[in-house]
Parts: sequence; structure tokens; C-alpha cells
Amino acid sequence: MSDQKNLTRLLQLFALAGLALLFLVPVIGSRALVQDLFGVLTLFILAQNWNLLAGFAGMVSVGQQAFVGVGAYAMFACVILLGLDPVIGIAVGGITAMILAIPMAFFSFRLAGAYFAIGTWVAAEITRLCFAQWKALGGGTGTSLPKGTTKTMFGVPEIKSWLGGSSSAASDALTYWLALILALATLIAAWLFLKSRMGLGLQSLRDNEEAACSVGVNPTRLKAWVFMLTAFGTGLCGALLFIQITRVTPEAAFSVVDWTAFVIFITVIGGIGTLPGPIIGVIVFYFLQRLLADYGTVYLIVLGCLGIAVMLFARRGLWGLFTEKTGLELLSLRQLPPEENQAH
Amino acid sequence: MTEPLLSTHGLKAHYGDFQALFGVDIDIKQGETIAIIGANGAGKSTLMRAITGLLKNEPDAIKLRGESIGDLSAPEVLERGISMVPEGRRLFPSLTVEENLLIGAHTRTGNGVWNLASVYEVVPVLKDRRDHPGTALSGGQQQMVAIGRALMSNPDLLLCDELSLGLAPVVIKEIYASFPTIKERGASVVVVEQDIGQAMKVADRVFCMMEGRVTLEGTPEELSREEIHNAYFGVSA
Repeated sequence: MSDQKNLTRLLQLFALAGLALLFLVPVIGSRALVQDLFGVLTLFILAQNWNLLAGFAGMVSVGQQAFVGVGAYAMFACVILLGLDPVIGIAVGGITAMILAIPMAFFSFRLAGAYFAIGTWVAAEITRLCFAQWKALGGGTGTSLPKGTTKTMFGVPEIKSWLGGSSSAASDALTYWLALILALATLIAAWLFLKSRMGLGLQSLRDNEEAACSVGVNPTRLKAWVFMLTAFGTGLCGALLFIQITRVTPEAAFSVVDWTAFVIFITVIGGIGTLPGPIIGVIVFYFLQRLLADYGTVYLIVLGCLGIAVMLFARRGLWGLFTEKTGLELLSLRQLPPEENQAH
Repeated sequence: MTEPLLSTHGLKAHYGDFQALFGVDIDIKQGETIAIIGANGAGKSTLMRAITGLLKNEPDAIKLRGESIGDLSAPEVLERGISMVPEGRRLFPSLTVEENLLIGAHTRTGNGVWNLASVYEVVPVLKDRRDHPGTALSGGQQQMVAIGRALMSNPDLLLCDELSLGLAPVVIKEIYASFPTIKERGASVVVVEQDIGQAMKVADRVFCMMEGRVTLEGTPEELSREEIHNAYFGVSA
């Protein structure tokens, strides 16, 4: 037992050291590494949000790309139409995605199971078609951020003078740090939420909705909160992603493969319904992507096969398999009685 | 005459086109233990589901201390002081014993007589197994978790649906042994039972149901074995 505690402590220290190292990457690493890890972090944010939605609240959405796209377009609208800084556009992107979640929840909450999944997908497609009509932002062909926008955005000149190098590298460093902060905030917020009374209600809802109702859990209210909060997180991430890409099109911003299918794969192989699952999933995904980069579509076939294998032989994902074998826990969701909570 | 804690007035319930309750009138006084007996399909569990808000009804069909609650949702009914131990226990498999108990206090805002300590005091074995998954316990222990979970909201009225279903007689006896403590601490209790003998032992009054209607009502002392038999099986006198 004490061995297990020591190992858990070691794992926590390892995670903290890894986090400190991640903060230092723009200072000590190459620009290519910063860009690669930016991709990893943003995928992690999307995966953790989807994990909360599907893994903990039981809402298997296939329409999360709607919030990525809306977040991205809202940020572009802020910069191009209102002349605001892209960093402000990120916040507006999150809020706009959360506002979109209200009508989307209104319709999709009338559906359950596979119908809910299809409903969210259809809603995302409708959103994509609507944005493709927005002529001020390029319609179907999309648009780019005005030249030099990212080089002069909030914080970039300061980072440039601090790190040295080009404005583009400083802009990459800024978006990277924002992604890292957002990833960390998502993880901590999810952990605190799941440890709260509402989180316990959410887990009971996933187990048995009627029994959860009979102990006082309000399913519609709780699910609506989770749907809107995950839309907010996904929208923020969408806006951040497209600051780095600097160009938006309806196809790219509302891509079901990039922003939902990969995200589902990451969560499933890492461990759906566990907080460390998406971390493991995104690491595996990144290395597979690197390893199979030269093999074209074989890459997608391997991802599909791996996903199926995990679903068949390790239903709780790689993290679930690891905790089963070692008994180690990270980001435990165990609820403490109120008096013990106060003592901690 | 004092106002009943809970009363139903011509309570009807439907599952789609199928009508399961046909104008049920019952009343429960403060501090009373009521037993509702009847064969399978008599409407006992439907009555529990209707009272707890899992089946919507006319507002005035159910009154709690004179307040109409027939159209309230399950969480709203729980907030007003009615909690249920559902048929088949329905513990949450992904939660531990302690978490299953804690979720019972989901809607609780203030302090009451029931909390983790007092539940563990009544059922000490649960404290020893607090970190185990709720569904890993024996049937009797699971039933005690379900009762503890319902008590954690500090209800004024505790509804217990088919407590003895699938349990050994010795386990049923242990479960019912906790009832005097529950009553002492202020809750009225409704027990839905198929086991007539057990129901007669614990109840102050008995309601017998058949085909969605109350067919007999009285105290265990008032009712003869033959009357209960006739009402239970629908035999004409």
C-alpha cells in the first residue's frame, strides 16, 4: 500500500516536472517543436471537452466541430470586421460557441443515443452551411487574417524582445503558451467540477438516469450546463487554433474528421471517462502521426484498427489498463465526505 | 383532525395508452408506517413512481402537507421531503458505497439527523466497505446502501419499494430491524411489499391494491386474514 502511495507520488512529481518542461519549450526548444506541441495541446483540449461530454455525461456528440468553427469565425470577425486584437477574439469565440450551444441543446436534447449523435452532426453541418454564406468573411472560400496581424497581437512584441528571434516565432510562442494555459485550465476545471456535488450527479446520471432523478439530480439542467461549458472550451480552442493557421474556410473550420473523429479516437484509446485518458491518447496519437506520416492513407487505417482493438480488448482505454495493472491513480475523482473535504 | 402528511386524491397514472392507476385515494399521517400490499401488476410501484414525481400527474392529485405536488419533477418532490428506495436498489455501479450515500444528499442544503455518520451507526458494515463499488456488496448490503442513500436527504416521508425482493428471510429481518430507528428520527415510512406477513408486522395501517385500485384499507388488527386474502387475490366475498 505504501509502495503504491510512493509510486503515485512519483507519478505526480513526474507529471509536474513534465508540465514545467512544457512551459519552457518556447525558450529551449525549436520553433517546429513549439508548433507540433501546439497541435498536441489543442487536440488535448478538444479531447478533454469531448470526454466530459461523452465519457462523463453520456452525450456522444459528433458535432463538436460546430463549436470549433464558430469559435474560429467569431475570432476572424472580431479581427477583420471590428478591428479587435485576436487574443480578445479568442474570448469572443468561446462565448459565441456557448451561445450556439443553447439552440443546439434545445433541439438535440430531445434525442437520445445514436439519434443524439446524428442530431449534433446535422446541426454542425447546418452551421457550416450558414457560415459558408457569410460573404464578409469570404463565403465558401474563406478568408485570411490581415497581413501582420499575428505579429503585432497582444503580447507578441514583448515576447519577441524577451526571447529574441522573429515576430512569427514570438507569435507561435504566445499561441503555444495560451494553448498550454487553456489545456491546464480545462484539466483543472474538469477535475474540480467532477469532484463537486454536480460532478457526482453527472456520474450518477451516466449510470442510471431514472435513479439519478430519484435522488434529486436534475438531468436536463446538469446536461445543459456540461453541453454549454464544453462548447465554451471547444470554441476557445477553435479560435486559438485558427490564430495559428491564420486562414479560415468552412471546410477546415467545420471538419468532422479533424475536430471530432480524431478527438473521439484520442479519448477512446486513452481512456474514455477518465481525466488522464485524453493525455495518454493525445501522446499516442502524436507519435503515431509522426511514425506513419510518410504512409498516406495507411495512417488512417492503422488509427482505425488501433481504435477497434482498444474498444474490444481494453474498454477503459490505455489509462484504464494501466490503473488496473498497477493500482496507481492520478487525478482521482473519489468523493470525500464534507467534513473530510473541509479538512483537506 | 390534523392534516395528513401526504394524501392522494383520485390519482390516475398512465404508461402511454395503458392506464395503471384508477383513482387511488390514500393518506399518510405524520410518523405513521404504511404498508401497501398487492400481487404483481397491482400498481404498487406505479403509485410510488407517481408520488415521487417520476410519473407526472394533475397538481391536486397528490398533496404534501396540503401543498399540491402532483405535477412536480422528481428532484422538486425530493426537495420537499419525499425520497424513495427504488425497486431493485438501483445503486450507481461507477460509484463507491460512500459516494452512493453522498449522492443521496445531492439536494440537501441544511443539516439533519441523517448524515454519513448516522447511516454508518445504523449499518456499521457499510463503513467497513465504504471504498468498495456499491454493486460489489451482497444483495442485503446493497439494499441497506439504497436505504441509507434515501435517508441522506433527511426525508419526512421515506418510500420503500419491494425491499424484500430476492433477499433471504434472515437478511429481510435485518433490514426491517433498522425501521424503528428510522421512525424514531422522525420519518414516516411507506413500505411496498408482496410479503403480507412482513407488511403486517411493521405497519400501522395497510392498503391492499389490485388492478390499479385500493381494494382494502385498515390497521393490521382490524383486518382479518380472509379479508386480506380476498382483496389480494380479487376473490369476491
